[in-house]
Amino acid sequence: MTDIVDERVDPVNMPGDVVLEARDLRVWYATDRGPVRAVDGVSFELHEGEILGLVGESGCGKSTLGRGLIGLLPEGSARDGELRFRGTDMLTLKPREQHAMRGRDLGMIFQEPLTRLNPLMRISEHFAETLKTHDKSISKAEIERRSLDVLRVMGIPPTRFHAYPHEFSGGMRQRLMIALTLVLRPPFVVADEPTTALDVLVEAQIIRILHDLRANYRTALLLITHNLGIIAEACDRVAVMYAGEIVEIGDAREVFSRPKHPYTRELLRSTISLRTTGLNFIEGAPPDLVEPPPGCHFHPRCPDAMKVCATRHPVEREHAGGSRAQCWAADFKDGLAADVPESERAPLNREEISVADEA
Amino acid sequence: MSSGSGSLSRYIAIRILLVIPMMWVLLTLVFFLLRVAPGDPVSAAFGGKLSEDALDVRRHNLGIDRPLIVQYLEYLGQVAHFDFGKTISDNRPVLDLVRDNGGATLTLTLGAFLFAIVVGLPLGRLAGRYRDSWGDIVIRIFGVLTYAAPIFWVGIMLVLLVVKLFPSWPTSGMASPITIFTVQPKTHILLLDAIFSGDGTAISDVLKHHVLPCFTLGLLLSGVIIRLVRVNVIQAMKGDYVEAARARGISERAVVRRHAFRNALVAVVTVIGLQVAATLAGAILTERTFNWPGLGTQLVKYILARDYIAVQGLVTFFALIVVLTSVTVDIINGLIDPRVRY
Repeated sequence: MTDIVDERVDPVNMPGDVVLEARDLRVWYATDRGPVRAVDGVSFELHEGEILGLVGESGCGKSTLGRGLIGLLPEGSARDGELRFRGTDMLTLKPREQHAMRGRDLGMIFQEPLTRLNPLMRISEHFAETLKTHDKSISKAEIERRSLDVLRVMGIPPTRFHAYPHEFSGGMRQRLMIALTLVLRPPFVVADEPTTALDVLVEAQIIRILHDLRANYRTALLLITHNLGIIAEACDRVAVMYAGEIVEIGDAREVFSRPKHPYTRELLRSTISLRTTGLNFIEGAPPDLVEPPPGCHFHPRCPDAMKVCATRHPVEREHAGGSRAQCWAADFKDGLAADVPESERAPLNREEISVADEA
Repeated sequence: MSSGSGSLSRYIAIRILLVIPMMWVLLTLVFFLLRVAPGDPVSAAFGGKLSEDALDVRRHNLGIDRPLIVQYLEYLGQVAHFDFGKTISDNRPVLDLVRDNGGATLTLTLGAFLFAIVVGLPLGRLAGRYRDSWGDIVIRIFGVLTYAAPIFWVGIMLVLLVVKLFPSWPTSGMASPITIFTVQPKTHILLLDAIFSGDGTAISDVLKHHVLPCFTLGLLLSGVIIRLVRVNVIQAMKGDYVEAARARGISERAVVRRHAFRNALVAVVTVIGLQVAATLAGAILTERTFNWPGLGTQLVKYILARDYIAVQGLVTFFALIVVLTSVTVDIINGLIDPRVRY
């Protein structure tokens, strides 16, 4: 994997232009009980050649956000807000125009590589189909050249080009999926837990490949994971998601060394390392997204919860160090919420928490 | 690696070799089941007419009073030389029986299959792709009705309807007497013989006679295929690779055709193969309804006569068709699905 370097377009560490920009993005699912607010007002931007990590517990809306960004949502779901790709709001485009952007402008790498390739089609057929979809006039030789190029970068020998998916190992299939996504050179790629189904050694290899993408292709990558180690290793910035909202976003090193939101702090405390002696966890479970708790969604589980947290939704504010967070407690600590009266700062007692939890 | 053609031909060869032990097991089963069943050819023909002693004399002459194992080994020895014996009740060679009547059953079943596949695959795919739409509901109702309606009832109703609307359309037999008289029996498959004769009126006459029986039998099968294809397309549409294909921007039409439908076919082909047995059973009913000179009609006759030799021979022939179909299905599956080959 060391020969990647010679193909690089100037390895630049500075992020480039904004590729993707979400403003107050919402993705709701229809259910019998009412809409599930899986993504509820998310704003962020992603630059060329930048890797943004997205972390959070299961069921907090990470995957929905990832799919919502490329428009790969099931029936009975809807997107609202603003989602700009290189300046154009994708949500105002016709479904056919949105469809045409998938693959070409917006790529996706999935969690389970074993089942993501059509078992009846050769690898070469997958590439030919993908390339032909976006360029009707592409020649056979061109298909082969471009496919083998990207396969070589992924470390798949050209002799295996005509093989079937079942003839590859899990790690190889994930590299094939990445190659299949990258052969179209999309400026933006979502990687939804790309290493969850793989063993640690392969995981490291895949993360390395993703990490090198920014230099190789200037790709903007949203890396969804619940492995904080991967974020620390591969990402420039990190967004922490809870109950459909981004509660904290900022430079990965800053967020990890000085977390502003109690949820981020607790999440970091819950990680396991070789030096771990006791297991830390956050009591309770993520809230029901049909009826999220009033005020801050995290307050029923928050060790720092105050009276204001149960009634008023926190505002996203920029803190020292550049991170942005939605948290009253962090605001007070950094002297940012002067308008909230002193009486509201009293700790929320347990009884009130449980009442609020039921509400 | 299974991408080479060598492994596929090896796979096919193994499949074909396996026919021999399968046929042996079937032959053995048929042999003993027939003899365990009450009655024998002698009592079926003369029971109540002759004394018990006279019946025993006839049984002795036929050799069916000998120990079963002796009869079994003798029969196996004959079959090994492709000699299926002569019928007990009317002394015809079983192979002649198969030759004279097998063609009619063959063209009836194949025609029904063709109809069922031509109707069933596209309708099932449509219903699966546009799940819960009006089209899907209509197709589903069609599928359930055709599957649930008894063949003889559908056949009789169709005959009544056709006789009323198109009085000249043939509703019985496989061809007009004149056609049977003029066409030279070369292959003993009337449809082929008519085609070889090059006589336009004979060909259209035979084809016309095929329409109603094939339609009746095919209707039953198309119901099964529709439901099967629909369920498997719906299943395949939920597949991870289908979502991944959509994520690459592949058009919905191509996603259905190349990804969902092809994967659905793997399961469908297997079950269609199994349906051959059901179709042969249906063919017997269809033949009775349309006075079709096929093997089914013959089989019923010989079963009533408890004609061991005839029934053994005919059932072996039916079994051979089922076995050969299952081999064909395995081969087709091997061609569609690279994971099957070994």
